[in-house]
Formats: sequence, C-alpha cells, structure tokens
Amino acid sequence: MNNEPRTIPVLTQLARHRSARWGLGVIAVLVIAALVGPLLSSYGCVEQLDIVNLKNAPPSWSHPFGTDQYSRDVLTRVLCGARISLAVATLAVLLSTTLGTAYGLVAGYAGGNVDHTMMRILDGFLSIPRVLLLIAVLTLWHPVPLAGLIVLLGVTGWFNVSRLVRAETMSARKLEYVAAARALGATDGRILWRHLLPNVAGPVIVAATLAVGNVIALEAGLSYLGVGAPAPTASWGSIFFEGVEFFAGNWWVVLFPGIAIVATVLAFNVLGDALRDVLDPRQLHASVPLPERMTLEQPSA
Amino acid sequence: MPLLSVENLRTYFYTDNGLARAVDGVSFEIGAGETVGLVGESGCGKSVTALSLLRLVRPPGRIEPGSRIVFDGADLTTLDEKSMRAIRGARISMVFQEPMTALNPVFTIGDQVAEVVRVHRAGSKREAWARAVEMLETVGIPSPAQRAHEYPHQLSGGMRQRVVIAMALIMSPALVIADEPTTALDVTIQAQILELLRELQQRLGTSILLITHDLGVVAEAVSRVIVMYGGEIVEEAPVRELFAQAHHPYTEGLLHAMPQVGQERERLATIPGTVPPPTAWPKGCRFHDRCPYAWERCATEHPPLYQIGAGHVSRCHLADEPDRRADKHEPLVVTETGERSASR
Repeated sequence: MNNEPRTIPVLTQLARHRSARWGLGVIAVLVIAALVGPLLSSYGCVEQLDIVNLKNAPPSWSHPFGTDQYSRDVLTRVLCGARISLAVATLAVLLSTTLGTAYGLVAGYAGGNVDHTMMRILDGFLSIPRVLLLIAVLTLWHPVPLAGLIVLLGVTGWFNVSRLVRAETMSARKLEYVAAARALGATDGRILWRHLLPNVAGPVIVAATLAVGNVIALEAGLSYLGVGAPAPTASWGSIFFEGVEFFAGNWWVVLFPGIAIVATVLAFNVLGDALRDVLDPRQLHASVPLPERMTLEQPSA
Repeated sequence: MPLLSVENLRTYFYTDNGLARAVDGVSFEIGAGETVGLVGESGCGKSVTALSLLRLVRPPGRIEPGSRIVFDGADLTTLDEKSMRAIRGARISMVFQEPMTALNPVFTIGDQVAEVVRVHRAGSKREAWARAVEMLETVGIPSPAQRAHEYPHQLSGGMRQRVVIAMALIMSPALVIADEPTTALDVTIQAQILELLRELQQRLGTSILLITHDLGVVAEAVSRVIVMYGGEIVEEAPVRELFAQAHHPYTEGLLHAMPQVGQERERLATIPGTVPPPTAWPKGCRFHDRCPYAWERCATEHPPLYQIGAGHVSRCHLADEPDRRADKHEPLVVTETGERSASR
C-alpha cells in the first residue's frame, strides 16, 4: 500500500541517509555562515578599505579571500552574498511553490472544463522561456529592488510545480477517503486543505528543494549578466560578475563566490534527491535492497 | 409518509462513448427505521443510485430533470449545495466499501471521527473529540480513549470498518447508505460488522440502505430487497418472499449462484453473459439475451413492473404469461466467438 504512512519518521530517515547528511551539513554551514559571518567580520559588506593600497590584494592572513578592485574584502562580500543569495532563492521558491500548489490543487480538484482551461493557460506560460523573460523585464526595470527580484523569480517559477501538484491531486481525488469526506458533508475547501494537500506535500517538498538550488544558479546567472541584485549589494553572482573582468590577474575574486555557488547548488540537489528517496517510496533508490528479480539475473558460472 | 421516497430517478453520464444511462427510472421508498437491501451485479447502477441520493455524482454524470428524491419532506434534487452539505453526514450518511482506503492515513482515527462533528456543529475541538471517543466505544473499539490517538494503519480491517461506521453514525443520521460495507472483510468479521449495524440501527432507529452483491448478507440483514439490473429495478419483495419465490429470472439466477451448505455440486451456477454497457442497454427487456425463458415479446416490449403479491413486484413478462416458465432453454447470449449459442 503506497498511501500508508511510513512508520519511521521522515527526519529519522533523513538522518540515516548518507547523502542527505552531506547536503544538510553543507546547507547548515552556509546558513550559519550567512547569519553570523558578516557580524564576525571586521569589514563591512560594501566598505572600501583603502582604494590605493588594498586594491586587488591577493589572499593573505588579514584578507583570506583577497580584496577586489574597490579594495573590498572578498571573504566578507561572499558571506554577505550568502545572505542575499540564500534569502532571495528561498523566498522566491516559497512564493513559486505556494502559487504552483494552489493552482495545481484547484485545477486537479475541479477537473473538467476548469482544469482544461487552467492547463491551457499554463501551457501558454510554459512556452515563454524563463531566462529570456527575466532578462527582458530586468533590463527594463533597472536597478531592481531585492523584493522585486524575489517576486519576479517567484512568479516565473511555479509552472512545473503546479503541473506536478495537479497530477498528484487528480490521483488523490479518487481515493475513497476523499469521497467519504464529501459524503460526510465536508466543504471543498476543507477537502483540499485537509485531505488533498497532505497527499501532495511529499513531491512538492522535493521539487521545492531542487528549485532552491536552481534559483540560486539562476540568480547568479542574472547577476552575472548585470541584471540581478543591484550594485553594490553583494550577491554571489554580482561578486563573480565584478571579478570576471580582471579574472586573469585576480583569480580569487571569481574563485570563492564560484565555489560558494557550486557547493550550494550541489547541496540542495543532493538534499532534494535524498528527500525524494524518503518521501516518494514509489521510486527505487539505492538504499533499498535490490528486488529479488535482480538476483536472478546473476551470471551463471 | 416514508422517510425517503425516490421517484423516477435517472442519472445519466454524458461520456465520449455516448449517453450512459446508469440509473434509468428508479423508484423506491424507505420507511423510518427500515433496512432495505439493494442488490445486483457490478455495473447494474446500484452504487450510482447511492451517490445520487447524496448528490455526489460528478460530471459528466448528472441527475436528470424530472427525478425526485424526497427526503423528510424536501426534494433533494432542488436543494442548493449548502443545504445539501448540511444533510450529508448529518441526516444521510454513507459507509464506504474499503476500510483500508476510506480513512485518511495522515490523521488519527479520533481526529477523523471528530471532524464529522466539527463539520456539522459549532463547538470546541475538545467536545468534538469527547463525542468521537464516545462513538468509538459505541461501535465496539476497545479502550477508545487510547485508540483514538492511533492512526488507521495501526488498526485491523474490522476495526477500521468500525471507525468508518462511527464516522457515519456520529451525527445520528436518519438514513445510512452502506455501500458493500462487508465486502472487503473476512467472513467472521463480516458477521460482526453486520451484527453491529443491526444493533446500532435498533438502538438509534436509523434506516439503512444496504448495497451489496452478496445475497447472503441480504438474507441476514434486511427486511426488504430491491434487485437492480441494467439501471432499473427488476424485482422488489420482502426478503423471505424473495428467497422463497423469486419471480424475475435474474433474481432466480442470483439465488442459484449462491453457495449452499450441503450442496454437492462441483461448480456454482452462473448467469451466462455479462451486464451490458450502460451506453447500449438491449431493446425490450434488458435481461432478455441472458434469460433462460426469453421469447419474442421480450426482445421488443419493455416489461413494466408487474404486481406479483403484497409488496412484491417484478419487471418480467412471465407475470403476464406464467406458462412460459415451463419453456426453459439456453439463453441467447453472444458467445466469445460472436455466434449465438443456442436456439429455443
């Protein structure tokens, strides 16, 4: 029965899952660094220390990640950037997941012509390339405030979630306890909230986790193109963008934010895959013993 | 006045394969405190009838205009959705077939029983919970105060079905529709659940519409039986009379298909053929191509409900021409090769 609850709590399972521990660990370190790092640093996020003597200084004890062309401390900038990049991505994904879940639930539950119309509208949205749309809007809306950036990333990111939720809702709608809730007088709202939403939560959490990594990379890309987080705000993408001009001589300005981006995206993807293992038992995964038919296929001597 | 009076109920589905007349002119009554059985094969329209009573038929299905479902003096077909919701679960409720899937796996059973109270009655969560625990005790769940905190998967099938019954009965409805309430259970548990339903019915004075394909269940539990075939009622009789002298050949076939103690036959009798699809009911009598007595009239003239005795009706021309019963033959069903299997 795939709709029976797992007896082992999800968090325990995650704690036992090896790659989940890695993903969670990296994310925890990043979050802590983002929260307390800038406070511990003796430099400011946008502070120009000494434009004459400390311009483009290589890594040293006092500046472990070196300084950039404006004599700003790169380590401090990367820590400050973690705040921006993580916050922007998390909030944008929160927004897109909420929108997508609501849209998908309504479409999947209503069915019929309502569903048909909503899905055709969605197809229309999906036919617009997200990156191009974002570049176009952000070029016109420049410099974009952070809140604006979050909203834009959010409202362009919910289409796939809503498809996923719709499909899950359509199959959950046929469950007998949903019919039973209706037969016992529950309103549509109550059925959606109590009986359908918990059913779609698993896949949505997986999708949202993967989306965080995705949006961090996307935001970095947009900042790299100069249309992301407004200067002089430090986001990983904007630090990278400012450093790339002098990349040949000043590798440190590019390398450290680059590592941060790669590590974060990787950690969220790893965690997302691990969550899928735990929350979506229909998928075969490596921590489950191989099914019997696999052992039958052993080569005979 | 009966508690429920269904008049000419027609529920049609507008499918891509054509019009499916799943329920096609069904009329019956249920008195207060009465238990009525509704029997028939899969696909005969009994479940759609049940869903229609609660107006739970979803598009592309719809209850056709001209159908009347008079419950407690009000015609349910004309009520607005809000009043209908107030009736569902409180005045008419439903026990579902699969106790495994009729409960939500992510909520405790106490929570789910209490939810029904909270849907229908303003009041505190604690009151609803106390009422739920009380009801769990009524349906025979041992140590209900502790059990109420358990999840459905921690309970056996029989216990789950008791929880489902508790949900259906907690608002003391006037009518309970039980759609195959024992089909998914072991035989011994079946008997317990039927006993429980009977006991609760006597205590609460609830009417029950028991939907089943199992005549054994009917014999034990109900006072009157309605037999459906092809979206319409083909026979209706008090339970004893139905078992003693079924009139309709379809009912006869169902009774022959029942296993009997002491019977030495190797194989159970079956009714040849299958229920035709609701998009294409046969002309004339809808059972004629599976009927061992059918003659020319049956293929052309749709039989009305003939009065057979007191409270006993049958939709069969044999009531008109009883001598034909002597003329038993192989039915006309189309065999797998597509040829007619026998002549008369």
